[in-house]
Amino acid sequence: MSSSKDAILGAIRRGLRRGPLPADQRAMLDGRLATHPRHLIPARSRVSRAEQIALFVKNVEKEFGTIERVPDAESVPAAIADYLAAQNLEPRFVMAPHPELTGLPWDRRPMLQLEARRARGDDAVSVQHAWAAVAETGTLLFPSDPARPTTLNLLPETEIAVLRATALVGAYEEAWDRLRAERGGAEPSGGFMPRNIMFVTGPSRSADIEQTLELGAHGPRRLHVVLVEDEPAARTLLSEVADPRPEAAREPVARPGEIANPAD
Amino acid sequence: MVALTSPDFKRRAARALADPRLQTALKRGGSGFHSKRSQAVAALPEFERLRDIGRDIKNHTLANLDHYLEAFEANVLANGGQVHWCRDAAEARATVLRICQAEGARTVTKGKSMISEEIGLNEHLEANGITPVETDLGEYILQLVNEPPSHIIAPAFHLNREDWEERFRAAHTDLPKDRVFHDRRDIMVEARQALRSRFLAADVGITGANFLIAETGSSVIVTNEGNGDLTQTLPRVHIALASIEKVVPTLEDCTSLLRLLARSATGQDLSVYTTFSTGIRRPGDLDGPEAYHVVLIDNGRSNMVGTDFHEMLRCIRCAACMNHCPVYGVAGGHSYGWVYPGPMGAVLTPSLVGLDKSGHLPNASTFCGRCESVCPVKIPLPKMMRHWREREFERHLTPSTIRSGLKLWAWFARRPGWYRAATRVGMGALALLGRGSGKFRRLPLAGGWTGGRDLPAPEPGGTFMARYAATQRRR
Ligand code: SF4
Repeated sequence: MSSSKDAILGAIRRGLRRGPLPADQRAMLDGRLATHPRHLIPARSRVSRAEQIALFVKNVEKEFGTIERVPDAESVPAAIADYLAAQNLEPRFVMAPHPELTGLPWDRRPMLQLEARRARGDDAVSVQHAWAAVAETGTLLFPSDPARPTTLNLLPETEIAVLRATALVGAYEEAWDRLRAERGGAEPSGGFMPRNIMFVTGPSRSADIEQTLELGAHGPRRLHVVLVEDEPAARTLLSEVADPRPEAAREPVARPGEIANPAD
Repeated sequence: MVALTSPDFKRRAARALADPRLQTALKRGGSGFHSKRSQAVAALPEFERLRDIGRDIKNHTLANLDHYLEAFEANVLANGGQVHWCRDAAEARATVLRICQAEGARTVTKGKSMISEEIGLNEHLEANGITPVETDLGEYILQLVNEPPSHIIAPAFHLNREDWEERFRAAHTDLPKDRVFHDRRDIMVEARQALRSRFLAADVGITGANFLIAETGSSVIVTNEGNGDLTQTLPRVHIALASIEKVVPTLEDCTSLLRLLARSATGQDLSVYTTFSTGIRRPGDLDGPEAYHVVLIDNGRSNMVGTDFHEMLRCIRCAACMNHCPVYGVAGGHSYGWVYPGPMGAVLTPSLVGLDKSGHLPNASTFCGRCESVCPVKIPLPKMMRHWREREFERHLTPSTIRSGLKLWAWFARRPGWYRAATRVGMGALALLGRGSGKFRRLPLAGGWTGGRDLPAPEPGGTFMARYAATQRRR
């Protein structure tokens, strides 16, 4: 045990006017760590499945992401090819070596050139596998994995995330529970956390220059979600679903090139 | 290290007030932060209840800080990382340097980290032949111009667009001299291009941490640019710098605090990138660092535990208190003279560097209470500033004119009759002197007050007591 560690822990205990915690209290705290109780979860995500999906779509758009809904996984290659053409981008990209992506019928769009690997500094477009998404804030979750390299989220100027509707949850807490259930014991430590898990809400941005929002700082300037409607609720039209967000939550706080709103 | 110039607060604030470019920058940024926060808060009906939860989570953690730090350490080790406990800035600097040297590092990239400023890391690395490269857009320009940050989440808050253009022209000499910056985007793209090669070439990446999670041994960073993620993903080695009060027990605890952080800071529901880093690259991973070090820094915090300033350790560094502070809004961050400006700095700086070196800061307040009312973890900032003022007074650090003035006031205050008489005379004289402008820029015997602010002249009509008595009679 390092002497600095002793000194720091000793000073904390002196401040708290006690010695090391007794065994029963330590057991209680370890119990809290093991059961990780939830706190308040905002009501906005505790809605029907169709409403959760609609909430996600609207939050992605509010944060300057774009989204396209396709009826099944087979439609993904065409959706990506059309998106790249519409953005005047070359039909070439680096893709996550994930079976749900590598197994898609890419040969139906023979123009597309793809490589399944991590990203390099000069890749323009990535296609990434979204492990989950959170409706509450329109957030995509990317746990690192041999099949889901982190650099795909960071280096290209355009990131396209393929998300199955069934992978969408309402609140962050549901995603944590799914991670614990799916990956518990997967790690050498017996834990469930991968090296890194990124929560991504919209494309990269900065407001460091005169507090004015600009998209595409160091990460992607465009974030495009291809949502595969692999459950019936996902096929409900947006117009048929009420927006569970209060009025104030529907508009972005600032648009690119704009200094938020005039003074309050 | 950010040189400590807090004792100069008055002089620096006066200079800031007279600087038109700075005043433009402060005004523009301030109003933006206000409206963004209030819009985000209005959009989450549970926000007030979440503030209570945030406060309680932090209180629970601080009451058991020793236990959660040890649990955190055990889980970092279990995932192949290392934890380095550092008592003070010198030990933290030496630890980071040792890790960099053991890796044979020549350049390190850095994500924005206030604790790095606090321990003076860049100067130490440079002095030892290692080049630190700041990658947050705001920190990048500050490194170019060799200035400290003026705000904890918007470090270049005080600069205008012309400042950026001037400084980029001076720094990026490989680009054509006559290039045109059409808009702010062009400035940002130039920085993106300049930094891309630095990200890819760095041997070590150093980030801060917004949270540490005991349950999993993770460090969490929150950014909008993506620079922090490039910093902790591309190099062989990731070093996370964190002060001891950053630890929280579980992912659920962290999640609740995240619901408060971005809304309070920038008015976003969540920052663009919220990333949980745990240990080293796993077998089969195609990217990620091969070594993970957490440098756990005390530097004065453990001495705050259990004192009048204990609650300051709940701070999640959202900057809402400075964004809503009328003093910060005109004086700017540099006036505070150290790493942490605004109300949180006025409380934290004396705790960390000593009251004798920062005495004016707790006085840089109008006690309007806006900081406390927006603080996501409900830190009673005005109360703590008052504690510091009392200590300053007790320790005779207050200038003698203020001391004798206060003693005189105390004498009158205990003798209401005398008080009324004296104020009647004084008010009459003041009202006469201040006729016209309604305030005094200069007042005999009160240069200490009017040197830094205007004193409002009393309204005609007598003292409060006299007017109150008159209304009572009329009833
Ligand atoms: S004191 Fe409160 S408002 Fe100020 S930075 Fe800390 S958490 Fe935010």
